[in-house]
Amino acid sequence: MNGTKPKKVYFYGTCLVDLFFPDAGMAGIQLLRRAGVEVVFPEGQTCCGQPAFNCGYWEEARDVARTQVALFPQDLPVILPSGSCAGMMKVHYPELFHGQPDEAKVRAFSARVYELTQFLVDVLDVKLQDLGEPVKVTWHSSCHAVRDLGLKGEPQALIGQLANVELAPLAREYECCGFGGTFAVRHPEISGAMVTDKVADATATGASVVLSTDGGCLMNVNGALEAKRSKLKVQHIAEFLWERTRAR
Amino acid sequence: MHAEKEIHFRDAAAKALLDPQLRANFRRAMDGLITKRKAQFPDPRDLQDLRDLSTAIRSRSLLCLPELLEQLEASCTKNGIKVHWAETCEQANQLILGILQAKGAKTLVKGKSMVSEEMHLNAFLESKGIEALESDLGEYIIQLDGETPSHIIMPAIHKNKDQIARQFSQKIKDAKYTEDVDELTAMARKVLRQKFLDADAGLSGVNFAVAETGTLCLVENEGNGRMSTHVPPVHIAVMGLEKVVAQLEDVAPLYAILTRSATGQAVSTYFNLITGPRGAGEKDGPQEVHLVILDNGRSRIYADPQLRATLRCIRCGACMNHCPVYTRVGGHAYEAIYPGPIGKILTPQMEGVGVRHDLIHGSSLCGACGEVCPVEIPIPEILVRLRREATHDDMASTVAGKGTGRTATEDWAWRLWAGVTKRPALYRVATWFATRFGKALPASAPLIKNWTQSRTKPVPARRSLSERMRAEGASHE
Repeated sequence: MNGTKPKKVYFYGTCLVDLFFPDAGMAGIQLLRRAGVEVVFPEGQTCCGQPAFNCGYWEEARDVARTQVALFPQDLPVILPSGSCAGMMKVHYPELFHGQPDEAKVRAFSARVYELTQFLVDVLDVKLQDLGEPVKVTWHSSCHAVRDLGLKGEPQALIGQLANVELAPLAREYECCGFGGTFAVRHPEISGAMVTDKVADATATGASVVLSTDGGCLMNVNGALEAKRSKLKVQHIAEFLWERTRAR
Repeated sequence: MHAEKEIHFRDAAAKALLDPQLRANFRRAMDGLITKRKAQFPDPRDLQDLRDLSTAIRSRSLLCLPELLEQLEASCTKNGIKVHWAETCEQANQLILGILQAKGAKTLVKGKSMVSEEMHLNAFLESKGIEALESDLGEYIIQLDGETPSHIIMPAIHKNKDQIARQFSQKIKDAKYTEDVDELTAMARKVLRQKFLDADAGLSGVNFAVAETGTLCLVENEGNGRMSTHVPPVHIAVMGLEKVVAQLEDVAPLYAILTRSATGQAVSTYFNLITGPRGAGEKDGPQEVHLVILDNGRSRIYADPQLRATLRCIRCGACMNHCPVYTRVGGHAYEAIYPGPIGKILTPQMEGVGVRHDLIHGSSLCGACGEVCPVEIPIPEILVRLRREATHDDMASTVAGKGTGRTATEDWAWRLWAGVTKRPALYRVATWFATRFGKALPASAPLIKNWTQSRTKPVPARRSLSERMRAEGASHE
């Protein structure tokens, strides 16, 4: 891409956004389009394969991953509204395909993968104008976005561009919310204790919305908040940014 | 082939989670340790430099482990330290018993040693009529109650001050009840002082063994390590075979990162460099020094190029201090010598991945452990590798119990998942059904039931993103 901004990108919805947070996916696509980028959304998207990969079923994960890589043949950036799935495709696909005949092809694909906020800040350098009412939010940093993918405060930088948004720091921001994919159902007691603590920390911030870049974390935290009938809501960062900055 | 007697981490963890005092004790202690460690590494680049160096030292040491162990034996022998090799814990126990019986020893005073926990040495010696007394304050506290360590460097961290105050007033002869920390420490000190003077032999662990010089390094804060190794006439050191480094220069960076990662200290109160028994004309030190080098499954771990990283561990405990699971359930729930993330990868490799399948899955793979590990052990990656090993027996590896965690149900579930997920047309039908009828799934359905213990049931959107994009007629190419 040689430092110039790409004119066209692929968008990978991810299974959780596809099924549970389609508005976040639409918002991500709109944010990219507004930045002057054409968005290609290939048909046939299912799942990155992470659940099987993490559980040790690598053959099954590879079968699925192969069908997904094949959907993105052109040399264009692949944008995901999820730190965890982007981490899977960028960092773990090369591990998964190590020694396989199509390893080189997969590595070339992995090199093109970005998480949405990472792409908006580091590549497109977007500037946002806040059109929303004053609001206090807090940020849950997803483990895989930070530790696998190496996000360095891009989401917070985007939130920081919004004049009417106060970002309240979350205590133990870098502690896992307890989702962990199948962990949440294999070890429901531990996972439940973790999300209960996370919700308590989020509530203590006094914010009205918990933002995150990951469907898994959002589903987990949202479920725990609803179970407590909390007024606190969760929202995917893409949806939050788009709602506050779109012309009405 | 199924693993026999699988140990269910879930059950023990669920029990621990119901103890609010335990949870409060761990949360407070771990939050404190996280803060103290952070204060020791103000510059992330300095930290990374030191991690890189420490990782390189440990990796290089392991690369030539067989040669270094031979060199260590030669150097120690030259220094007058008698070296003994044990493949199993049983052999190590017998060796130590032999040393003690040869001296007619009836009492052994111990500095802290996790390897001796691995060997269940205290119980073994007691069965042979030899008293083994723990002299590390934390170890002393748990020994009074017949407990095992709940943390590798802070063995009694599961107890708070009030609990220890009650325990001391009941268990120590003539002790009065006090919650004053200095007074409590003084009580233990009074008991232990006499034990050091009376003991027939002393035992310690080893933090680093230097091959070039035959030096045994011991890191401690209480002086009990020095007393255990210098006052009694015989000193027995026990170490896992991975603890060797090539040269004295290797020790400084490892020591610097060990104390900072462990307790957030720039240096420990004591740092002992033991180079042999009392020399001619010297007034103190033991007359005999023995070094017992234990394998206990380590050479099997060593044989695997990826799993070998497990042996880089310098036992700082930072992984458990930062682990969201350990912080909530504490060390005992792991039902293992080594708890926390390092235990989660070490225990299954020692005991078998099938019997410990549930433990291997007891992680959200959040990566906090790998992030703080001073020698960059990729704990989450190794956990995933062990999950593979537990369910597959066709891998070219030497992992203990490989394939014995496999169940027909899980196999079937992943095959079904892959069968649908790799066929977009089928997946489309499945998501269509989920969006239209997902709401109707009962909260008591299998797996969903586990989810809804602490959360509401997730409800799919009415139309998926793919469906909306199709309706929009977006460019698909």
